[in-house]
Amino acid sequence: MIRYTPQDFKSDQEVKWCPGCGNHFILNAVTKALPEVAEALNYQHQRFTFVSGIGCSSRFPYYVHTYGFHGIHGRAAAIATGVKVANPTLSVWEVTGDGDALAIGGNHFIHAIRRNIDINIMLFNNQIYGLTKGQYSPTSPLGKVTKTSPYGTVEHPFAPGEIVLGARGTFFARTIDVDVNLTKDCLVAAAKNDGASVVEILQNCVIFNDKAYDSFLNKEVREDMTIVLKHGEPMIFGKNRDKGLILDGLKLKVVKIGENGITRADILVHDATEPNPGIHMMLVNMKAPEMPVALGVIRAVKDHTYDDQVRDQLIEVRMRAKIFNMEQLLHSGETWEVK
Amino acid sequence: MQQTKDVVIRFSGDSGDGMQLTGTLFSDTSALGGNSIATFPDFPAEIRAPQGTMAGVSGFQVHIGSEKVLTSGDYCDLLVAMNPVALRANRKWLKKGATVIVDADSFTEAAVKRAGFQTLDPFAELGIADYNIVRAPISSMTKDALAETGLDPKAANKCKNMFALGVCFCLYDMPLDHTENYLRRKFAKKPAVADANVLALKAGYNYASNTHIFTTTYQVPAAKLPKGTYRTISGNVAMAWGLMAASEKSGRPLFCGSYPITPATAILEELAKRKDLGVKTLQVEDEIAGICTAIGASFAGNMGVTTTSGPGLSLKSEALGLAVMTELPLVVIDVQRGGPSTGLPTKTEQADLYQALWGRNGECPLVVMAACTPSGCFDAAFRAAKIAMEHMTPVVLLSDGYIANGSEAWRIPSMNDYPEIHPPVVTERPDGGFLPYVRDEKRLARSWALPGSPGCEHRLGGLEKQDCVGCLSHDPQNHQKMVNLRAEKVARVADFIPEQEVYGDKSGDLLVVGWGGTFGQLRSAVDVMRQEGKHVSHCHFSYINPLPKGVEKIFSKFKKIVVCELNMGQFADYLRMNFQSFTYLQYNKVQGLPFTVAELTDCFRTLLDDNK
Repeated sequence: MIRYTPQDFKSDQEVKWCPGCGNHFILNAVTKALPEVAEALNYQHQRFTFVSGIGCSSRFPYYVHTYGFHGIHGRAAAIATGVKVANPTLSVWEVTGDGDALAIGGNHFIHAIRRNIDINIMLFNNQIYGLTKGQYSPTSPLGKVTKTSPYGTVEHPFAPGEIVLGARGTFFARTIDVDVNLTKDCLVAAAKNDGASVVEILQNCVIFNDKAYDSFLNKEVREDMTIVLKHGEPMIFGKNRDKGLILDGLKLKVVKIGENGITRADILVHDATEPNPGIHMMLVNMKAPEMPVALGVIRAVKDHTYDDQVRDQLIEVRMRAKIFNMEQLLHSGETWEVK
Repeated sequence: MQQTKDVVIRFSGDSGDGMQLTGTLFSDTSALGGNSIATFPDFPAEIRAPQGTMAGVSGFQVHIGSEKVLTSGDYCDLLVAMNPVALRANRKWLKKGATVIVDADSFTEAAVKRAGFQTLDPFAELGIADYNIVRAPISSMTKDALAETGLDPKAANKCKNMFALGVCFCLYDMPLDHTENYLRRKFAKKPAVADANVLALKAGYNYASNTHIFTTTYQVPAAKLPKGTYRTISGNVAMAWGLMAASEKSGRPLFCGSYPITPATAILEELAKRKDLGVKTLQVEDEIAGICTAIGASFAGNMGVTTTSGPGLSLKSEALGLAVMTELPLVVIDVQRGGPSTGLPTKTEQADLYQALWGRNGECPLVVMAACTPSGCFDAAFRAAKIAMEHMTPVVLLSDGYIANGSEAWRIPSMNDYPEIHPPVVTERPDGGFLPYVRDEKRLARSWALPGSPGCEHRLGGLEKQDCVGCLSHDPQNHQKMVNLRAEKVARVADFIPEQEVYGDKSGDLLVVGWGGTFGQLRSAVDVMRQEGKHVSHCHFSYINPLPKGVEKIFSKFKKIVVCELNMGQFADYLRMNFQSFTYLQYNKVQGLPFTVAELTDCFRTLLDDNK
């Protein structure tokens, strides 16, 4: 078996993202993740295929040395679906942004998830349109002032995780651009999950929406305002690892271990494999500063994949087929002779 | 009994009366008896519109002949009208003196008024009182015939179409066994229903035979058709099979991403059945996903196909540009219907030609072809897929509602008669360094390196690419070069298709020019003229872009050229653009209906008279 290094997945193309753009970190995480994926799943280099839509994020395929397809705006999920069904042995990665996946491509996004086609969807969420130079996106917060909303937006944003769960998604993870290792871990987990695996990457656009996530991601507060979830481990977070989540009635609540008689044993244990999306939905929706923003693999549930079922149905029908080629088909059914 | 060369029969009733099935069984029986046949269903856009109203009338026309019939016929010799509104809706399709069989039970005062008649004598009102009107109490006789079966009245009433069919079989001296066998198969799990239908069929036949309702019965002798094995086939099924044949010949699996749309849906339905032959079909979330999944599948090495009609082609425009830019094989089948917008979904038209040729941003040429007859859809789809794969280009193949839903007898070809297909597939490049935009010299097609192949990693996309290398390039000279190359690649397809042909004399007074699904009517009309001794020939196009070679040579030998099409003159304009030295007369119609042979011959006669 060949062992790959990140270098094997770096392309010879000049990377043209702005200096300081979060995408540089993500590219770094991907080239680190792919050798791990190849090793874990016994994939050869030529099986990796990246498909993207349009936007800053979607230039990604040019910057990895794999098969790549830079599509049109919003359609990456549809193109990736075609690739995967046509050749299910490929490891298909979709790279998309908040505008690409949730505005113009919203329909393809939800249906790819609903079908549970085995592709890995990297959703770069910077809450802004970058490549068109700074207009609000479907994830821009209410009231956001941008070039096309000079008086602030008057529309509610989407929460990508909510859409994924609402579309019956089997896998959702959230990470941040600057945490290369966490991103890498999420991507490897996504690749190992059979089905449509969505990884939302909170990504900073230094030019048009700098510090969009600063209120909870700056180094001073990050550990107290985020929680990295791990399957089977208690939901503990904070600089001093002394805060945790419990279920209080129908809601999640932050508690301090050691106060009011709370011990580690009272803290909820994360179960990413629970089919009921109830707790996952609550975790996805946690907002700073009241609650920590959830990171890591929030949901990873086993279910049939679309491509497997397409393949199985083909095999099953062919097993009991009576027609094996065109010549037979042409002569099937009612025919008659003219002499 | 009288022998006749050909007859046209129209079955008409409420949608839900089973008129499509009745017509199909009649045409199948004729075909099995050796007649040449062509059929056309004429159904409303609504599934079950209110009974007894114009909106709900569903019809099926059959043309059977002892010589090759090329159309489903202009006007009918026999109309079967199951109710007053069906009679009213089809008055315009009656030949003078035609036979009209009506279900007399349905001609109640209320139904006649509801159908919009002013008086209680619809026949006089329509001016057909002197036609051969057969008032048969079809409903009540069906009920009586089934009285002892124990079938509930509603189910029994559903058998009246078989009673009517039995009457027609008697009139044309045709056997009942095919229909009986069909009914026994169809209702294998409901033998009581099968028995009832067969009983109704026989009751109808016996009624007509015993009561001598027809003064004369007719027989259409078997046609002298070329030897071989025959079957009936509709345009949409032939289209699906042609794609599958190309997949088999090329070794590339067939993938169809599509979204249901009238009148193209039956292609997707047929392909979805054919998992036994490895066809992959995805019914996706919208038209755009249809073409985008097909493009993705082509990138991954399948023969990607998407099927649609006009509004869907509009939605696919941007992605078609992507397929042009990425130079991947793709077949887009557009079964044209009446437009614009939602237009006339169940009616036929040829008005998507401009859209197919030019409906994209940028300099965006692709191959445009047209299918001409229902069975001809097989060859057209095969050739479209062959060109798409061997020339690495998207192909738009235009069909239309008339040939898609129409069916005809088809001499089954042998797959050995079809050419090999050699797509430029690359599956390994051990040393790496695959260059995606290097082209073969003859066709200018680039190679098709399949993801999963070692050493061939490459990137495709909608941004302009550097010649040969395939990296992004904004270089002005490179863009010019790539635009030229993509245009030249499509133009060179003309080197690989047959020269344009002309039917009839190579020179004369009038050349009738058409394209696509009007073939049958135009050829029939030209035959009529030629039998009258007129110097009229027919030049019919199935390759639109690029146009075949030899067109100017043909055009230059005729005093007049008339371009006939079911639009306002799109192909005529296209010919003006390509061959400017000729004068093009036009005959156009946009009524959602095919041409009639009669209106065409009238037009041709007028044009010839003007010569004098």
